[in-house]
Formats: sequence, C-alpha cells, structure tokens
Amino acid sequence: MPQALPRPEPQSLWRSLSGAGRLAQRSLSDEHARVSLAALARGSSLGRPLDELRGRSLLLSTRDQLPAALALIELDGIARRIVLCPPEVASTHLPGVMRTAEADTVVGDRSAAELGGALFAPCGAGVAPGAPNREPSETTEWILLTSGTTGAPKLVRHTLATLTDAMAGTALGYGAVWSTFYDMRRYGGLQIFLRAMLGGGSMVLSSALEPVGDFLARVGARGVTHISGTPSHWRRALMSAAADEMAPRYVRLSGEIADQAILDHLREQYPQADTAHAFASTEAGVAFDVGDGLCGFPASYLGRRDDVEMRVVDGSLRIRSGRNSLGYLGDGVPSPFDEDGFVDTGDIVELRGGRYHFVGRRGGIINIGGQKVHPEEIEAVINRHPEVRMSRVTARKNPITGAIVVADVVVTSEHAPLDALRDQILAACRDALARYKVPTTIRFVPAIEVAASGKLARVRA
Amino acid sequence: MSIGSDIAALFAEVAQEQHKVLAPLSNELGLLDTGLDSLCFAIIVARLEDDLGVDPFSADDEIDFPVTVGDFIRLYEHAAGAAAA
Repeated sequence: MPQALPRPEPQSLWRSLSGAGRLAQRSLSDEHARVSLAALARGSSLGRPLDELRGRSLLLSTRDQLPAALALIELDGIARRIVLCPPEVASTHLPGVMRTAEADTVVGDRSAAELGGALFAPCGAGVAPGAPNREPSETTEWILLTSGTTGAPKLVRHTLATLTDAMAGTALGYGAVWSTFYDMRRYGGLQIFLRAMLGGGSMVLSSALEPVGDFLARVGARGVTHISGTPSHWRRALMSAAADEMAPRYVRLSGEIADQAILDHLREQYPQADTAHAFASTEAGVAFDVGDGLCGFPASYLGRRDDVEMRVVDGSLRIRSGRNSLGYLGDGVPSPFDEDGFVDTGDIVELRGGRYHFVGRRGGIINIGGQKVHPEEIEAVINRHPEVRMSRVTARKNPITGAIVVADVVVTSEHAPLDALRDQILAACRDALARYKVPTTIRFVPAIEVAASGKLARVRA
Repeated sequence: MSIGSDIAALFAEVAQEQHKVLAPLSNELGLLDTGLDSLCFAIIVARLEDDLGVDPFSADDEIDFPVTVGDFIRLYEHAAGAAAA
C-alpha cells in the first residue's frame, strides 16, 4: 500500500525530508558533484554553525544550484527568512533586495564583500562532518524573486506550508529521481525540488551554463523518472539528439502556455510517460494539473476544486488557495490579491468547446489599428506545423496601424524548402486567424532566446 | 524597375494576399479608392521599408500625407532619393 505523504512538519524541511526515510539511497546532484542525503544527517554544507544563523534574515546567493539546495535544507526552520536569489539577478539590485528583506546575513559560495557589513556564511557542495543542531525554532519565510526583465525584482513571500500544500496527500515515491530544466530557486524548480525531498526521492539539478544535450545525457545517466520544464525548455530539448537518452515516467510542463503541438510532440517522444501540464505562478502557487493530453483545461475546474478556488474576471484567471503566496515584501508594491483574496494572474483565458484555453498575458497584447492580438495565439497556430519547432511573434512598429505582427520561426532539422514552408505556415495562419493576426513577415532563425526564467524572451513594447 | 512600377507590383501582391480587389491603378486614383484597407497599407509600408530602407511616414521631416497613388509614389521616390544622396 502506498503510504500517504504526511503534511510537512510546520517548521522544518529537514524533518519532513528525513521523515520520508531511506536517506542513504537518496541524493542531490549537479554536473560537478553528488551529495547523499545521509551525509547531511551527520554533517553540514555551511561554514558556520547553524546556531549562529538562527533567527536571521538571509540572502542565499550562489552560482550553482547544489550549494543553494543543501543550504535551504539546512536553514529552513533555523532562519527567520531566506531570500532565494537566482544567479542572473543583477548585483546592482541586491542591496535593495537585502534592505527590503532586512537581510543581515549572506549565505553564498563567493565572498560578499560588495554587500557591505552583512555576516557572511560560506556554503558549498561539500558536507563537512559534524553534529549540527537541527532542532527547528522558526517558521521560516521563503522569499522568491520574480523575474522582471527590467527594474527591481519583486519579493514574493512563501512558507514551506504554502509551497508544499499542493503535495499533501500524494503518495511517497521511493526510487523516484526528479529533475527539472528550471533553476530550483524559481517557483517551478522549487516545486520539483520539494516534491523530490518530501516524497522520498532524489534530485538532479540543472546548470545554467551546461549545454542542453549534456544535461539530457546526465538526466539519462542518472535514471531520472520525473522531469519538468517550460514548453520553451521542452521545445529546445526536443531539438537535441540527446532527448533520446532519457526515458522518464512523468513529464511535466508549466510556466508558459502548453499548446497542443508541444503536448503531442512530447507524447510521441516519450510514449511511456504520463504527460501533464500545470498552471502555477509565483504569486498564486500551483492551481491545477491537466493530465488528459489536451491543451487548456476543463471548464469544470472553475469554482472550488481540491481546495483551490478559481474564477475568471474580465477574461483573466483569478486563484485563491492555501498555495497562494503571502503577498509581496516591501512598501509601495501593489498587492497581488483582489478584495476577495484571489490572486489576479493576468493570464487571459477563452472558453471554447467546454475548455478554457490560455491565449496570452494581459500585459503582452499587441494593438494593431485598435484590434487586440495575443502573440501566443499566433505562435500556437504556427507551432502546429510539423516542421516548426519553435516560434515567437512580436510587434513591429508601423506608421499606419501602430503595429503589425511578425514571426521568427525555428524549423526542425528536416524541413521543406523555406519558401514553400513559409507559404504553408501563412496558409495555416490565414485559415485559423483573423487577417490582422496573420504575420506580415516570417523570418527563419537558427534559435530563439529563452530567458533565465525558462520562458520565451519577449520584448515588451 | 522604377520605384513606381515596384510599388504598383506590391499593391497587386498585397491585394491578392489579402483577398482585396485592386482598382486599376493610375496616378490620380485616391488611395482610399484602390480597394486596399489600412492593414494592406501597413504591410506595404513595412515591405517598402525592407526593400528600400526608408519609411517616409516615420521620418523626422513633416510630410504631406499622400492622398493619391501618385502622391504615394512621389513620397517614396523623394525619400529614396534623399537616402541615396
């Protein structure tokens, strides 16, 4: 009988993950190192005793994910607050982030001389023997930074309880090896890390600088069973021959709209796997998973379901649940909650044939002579062409209509002559879309940039 | 090929793509009477920018907004000439 996963102890990730047992068979690894969880039971990855860090507000800033993952396991329940800092956050933002978070300590793998008078606690991927006092004394606040491409990042407040609420009641999966294309310091990656740790599994971490083919080969060699990423991550992975080197049982997509084309491609590539796409955001938390292989989600998901309430207001999905963040840290930042306590996600949905379909972001609309266009709906049509691997639709300034839409397209390795392909893509767009939504130019490009968040890099007008 | 004949060919091309019936072109024909709508002109202006490297509508100089096909062609002849000079 599968054992039900207990709700996590209120104040310690270490207690929950060690409570799941079998530490000697479980590990965390990256491209350089592998650390057994049993080693953490009798040692520490931190250069200072835990008791020196109790009650402090910490900025956790490392280049690699493995030291950050080990530090998180050790510091939850010990620190008052932990700010998880992805490596690409500009160093110029860090002093402001530290002020807002009242951080008095930096836990990192580099000297933090530039961060002023804070206490520095070195951390790394090595575990030194010792007898750390793991008795929890705090309900630690976890601060996630949202990925604003410009301006200062927002600080989103969570706790272990809000981050793991979606996992309560799921079965322990001994022997499961989890991985994700995401950085584990982002919400999507953190979900996978916590599922692995609380669920009795192991975790293979990605690395920002590692070529995708090398990562996939490593994932295959480590026997990964469960793996997640954004649709953009997956499109890039499917372009690599190394996609054949893994055989996951579970494939998950989140963070962007999963169109039917990417769901179909993944089912074809990994026929043995359960494929699910999930909706989550840093502010709203995980709302739902869809496992029927179809894009969008059943209209019956609206209302109350699995302790999550959803409604659509002015086309945008709003979510209220115990997985919601606790809001933003800092003054002068508008609350993510409406008057009823729902998070307005800004993700626009449309009801078609009993299912809601995501059409784009409220902030990403292109205005063409007064007509509103979501680039994502055009990309979904272009991506349906079997010889298209990836596309990005953007606005081109135009003196007559304000803007027109143009498309960049990455094709699969085997494709028709480009002129013929262009005609086919345009014909498909004309069949499916209003005429102002049909791209006026299609440019074939070797690659489309994916941001550090795992999402397609979009330049906002 | 002159800019005038290039533009006439482009009008025909865009009209066909956009399923519009193009009126017989002449210099005196009003742009609003060509059968092309604003989306068609948006596309034409973008393609001319790609081909000729100029967009007289977005240039810094004040322009007289073209009313006829002849005005439109002269606008581009002038802009292309200025760019080449």
